[in-house]
Amino acid sequence: MALVTYLFKQKPMKYIYEIQKIMSSKNLMLVYEGEFTQEITKSVLSMTERNLESIGEESGIKRKVFNVMVECLQNICKHADTFEASREEKGAVFMIGREEGSYVITSGNFIGNSHIEGLKKKLEHINSLDKEGLKGYYKELIKSSELSEKGGAGLGFVDIARKSGQKLDFDFEKVSDEYSFFSFKTKISKDSE
Amino acid sequence: MQIIQLEGTEDTPKVMLDKAKGIYEVSGRSLPEDAAEFYAPILNWLTEYAGQSNPSTEFVIKLEYFNTASSKLILDVLSKLEDVKGSKVVWYYYEDDEDMQEAGEEFSELVDVPFEFKTY
Repeated sequence: MALVTYLFKQKPMKYIYEIQKIMSSKNLMLVYEGEFTQEITKSVLSMTERNLESIGEESGIKRKVFNVMVECLQNICKHADTFEASREEKGAVFMIGREEGSYVITSGNFIGNSHIEGLKKKLEHINSLDKEGLKGYYKELIKSSELSEKGGAGLGFVDIARKSGQKLDFDFEKVSDEYSFFSFKTKISKDSE
Repeated sequence: MQIIQLEGTEDTPKVMLDKAKGIYEVSGRSLPEDAAEFYAPILNWLTEYAGQSNPSTEFVIKLEYFNTASSKLILDVLSKLEDVKGSKVVWYYYEDDEDMQEAGEEFSELVDVPFEFKTY
């Protein structure tokens, strides 16, 4: 957890309290910052799964949360594998929290500015489709696209849109001439069933 | 024919492919990062099996979760079954899992193999 390590070097007693306050006020169940791998993905999934189980969450919601988390986390892993950047820009963040009546899954990672246009187009296209449109697009992608190890077809984003039943919520924040920070948020409503 | 028997893990399904016993099953969770690598031996097995298949083949898919990387490979597995005479897919889904039911229905629309749906 690079962020936490960094903060500790500053003023441990103060920052740990700040973090606790933020997490508690935002109802965050889990925040992870650092390197993303399949091993980390599995740990984050099993921690959240246990957490949802212990609060007695309904199985349908649990499954949706789990599915969306898998796609978000693996998107970051795949991106990190191919992303040529310095250590600092390789770091990404993932969190899951509760808001009234829903679970909110948010992730953020750096992306090269030259890739923004393509990604934005993909996400906006997904957002222009309704339920039936998404279903058709999903089938089209799964049939046509040769399996790329990067999963480049954006099947994960389509799946997230379908499982959550919501428009994809995203933002790009320019941090330098080279990079931007891509944030992505999904809400799983408890009464979506 | 060789038997494929894999125990399920946190991110890979349990797999059982046994021609002599007539058992063909993939169950559990399929979330590998590299789905192509995981499914390659299964696809190879099916290619070999297609040339010497039993009179009937009930291929059971009973997945709790699968990621989108796996979904393409599941489609590949189902496409292989098109070449197996007398094959049928038995698609299990947890009784209130509409997403898994819908996923099965979509797969059934993409391949030319009969599907039977069962809940558990």
